[in-house]
Amino acid sequence: MRALLIRDIRLAVRAGGGFGLGLSFFLIVVVLVPFGVGPQNALLARIAPGILWLGALLACLLSLDRIFALDWEDGSLDLLATSPLPMEGIVSIKALAHWLTTGLPLVLAAPLFGVLLNLPEAGYKWLILSLLLGTPALSVIGAFGAALTVGLKRGGLLLSLLVLPLYVPTLIFGAEVARRGAEGLQVATPLLMLAGITCGAMALLPFASAAVLRVNLR
Amino acid sequence: MILNVTDLTIARGGIPVLEDLTFSLAQGQVLVLRGPNGSGKTTLLRTIAGLQPPVSGRVEVQPESLVYAGHADGIKATLTVAENLNFWAQVFGNADISHALAAFELGAFADRPAGALSAGQKRRLGLARLLVTGRVVWVLDEPTVSLDAHAVAMFAMAVRTHVAGGGVALIATHIDLGLDEARVLDVGYYRARALAVDDFDGAFL
Amino acid sequence: MSSIWEYANPKKFIETTDRILPALAVLTGVALLLGLIWGFFLTPDDFRQGSTVKIVFLHVPSALMAINAWLMMLVASLIWIVRRHHVSALAARAAAPVGLVMTMIALLTGAIWGQPMWGTWWAWDPRLTSFLILFLFYLGYIALWAAIENDDTAADLTAILCLVGSVFALLSRYAVNFWNQGLHQGASLSVKSGERMDMTYKLPLYVCMAGFVLLFVVLVLIRTGTEIRARRMRVLLARERMGA
Repeated sequence: MRALLIRDIRLAVRAGGGFGLGLSFFLIVVVLVPFGVGPQNALLARIAPGILWLGALLACLLSLDRIFALDWEDGSLDLLATSPLPMEGIVSIKALAHWLTTGLPLVLAAPLFGVLLNLPEAGYKWLILSLLLGTPALSVIGAFGAALTVGLKRGGLLLSLLVLPLYVPTLIFGAEVARRGAEGLQVATPLLMLAGITCGAMALLPFASAAVLRVNLR
Repeated sequence: MILNVTDLTIARGGIPVLEDLTFSLAQGQVLVLRGPNGSGKTTLLRTIAGLQPPVSGRVEVQPESLVYAGHADGIKATLTVAENLNFWAQVFGNADISHALAAFELGAFADRPAGALSAGQKRRLGLARLLVTGRVVWVLDEPTVSLDAHAVAMFAMAVRTHVAGGGVALIATHIDLGLDEARVLDVGYYRARALAVDDFDGAFL
Repeated sequence: MSSIWEYANPKKFIETTDRILPALAVLTGVALLLGLIWGFFLTPDDFRQGSTVKIVFLHVPSALMAINAWLMMLVASLIWIVRRHHVSALAARAAAPVGLVMTMIALLTGAIWGQPMWGTWWAWDPRLTSFLILFLFYLGYIALWAAIENDDTAADLTAILCLVGSVFALLSRYAVNFWNQGLHQGASLSVKSGERMDMTYKLPLYVCMAGFVLLFVVLVLIRTGTEIRARRMRVLLARERMGA
């Protein structure tokens, strides 16, 4: 298991692995928003939590198809499926590797981008916390979508169509934590719901993803 | 018997390709599968490897004793040869890769990115993976594609060593490996004649 | 032996549905005509909402069927996963576009109703938003069916998507409720709600709902039959290729 995690991270950070692509995309979204809505600081401060969450979500979506597609193409997935590793473990580890190389950098960069959008000072703590709690769910749910579309040519668009509706609850509670935090309101309820979604997704979805992968491999 | 296949019927894309296939492999035996393209060799090997379910019949083998190698080698171009092998060794719970590097004369390339290898060298790396798994039953699909005569001899040597140590090999190939002890099974003989009418699809007619 | 699973045999299914479909179709037509004419022309205008209220006779039944179609797909998917009856998977596939259209009708009639009532075509009200999300789920489900060539693979993958999607649709419902406590009136027929409906509206509404349920059943039966015949054709073609 650890070998698989190390391999996936290594592949992501080596040339052509796409590491940093999500981060750059996140930056571009954040830069483009003021061009779209105007430069008023008050307005930006109001929408900053939502924009940052949405940007992180889209950046995460961008790299989902790599979770399984590359291993599918070069035959590694067949070999992994016949290896001693359980399929559920493979799915979880790959989602974890995706989070470490995509989600975690987004979490760390978000406060920096918050400055660009004039995020209120009280919001930084909650923004980081909500992203830290929520992005693992994005990776796990995304891995399910990636497993569904792994055998398809041009599955990228379908992947977005399948995964985005599944992201709705995570986005709502995550952005709500960040928004309430920025406005100095109570955050306990959405925070607990967000944590609940992440825990539930991490515990249950790998079984669905593994079942889907087995179907796709036969 | 290490591998038992009984009355096996298999399908590709919902259409049966081979039926009533029965054979078994005991310790130290090699079975070479032959048959024209599309006769179902790959499907048979994938079924034995547990990647797809049979339509009917049984495959009896310890899943923990089997290693499968398909058309694609599963090599990561940006990892070095040693990293590629080390990964699979760790997945299968082993540590030593030196004997695998030596058997396929890959020692000189160990620190080179696998993407820089030629097609034949990549294939050798893919076959070297078999040695680091430490598994008893080898299920190999066209292992000699893009190998030159010298490399084929290397591979034959590796198979010979493997079965001499009590291993088993099931190989789909078109070329003569020069393995005198190998039995040959022509799957063309088992070609599915009629559409197997299973409970569900048959009910559609 | 007489068990409900007998009808999981495609042949038996087609025979049976071919026999009952004409009667069922007539019944559907009668119920819909009766309900809609009664509802639109023979009920008084509401003292507050005027005649706009009458769109309820389309809006509520379609909204009902939008959700029930998904529930039916969920049950059919479960049956496919557990018992692997092909008819069940094909019925789920057949129901999805019907459910999609029902969702669309519910959204459109809602917008037409909302304009005079709330002064806006669209509001991010929890109910409206939930239906929009449901609409997206239908789209994804249908797209996945369409994208996969192998029938059994498609059936397996869409069934799992349906299960996972159901959980997330439910989660979304709660999330959306939390996110915005909206302006939509309570469920039209629920006993708790303040603005309970008068019997003069309730009766034709019940007839309309029955009509929509029948319409859904008829459409799904026809479409399932079509899917079965298409599948049979593929089996025959495959057999022909084998013989060659």
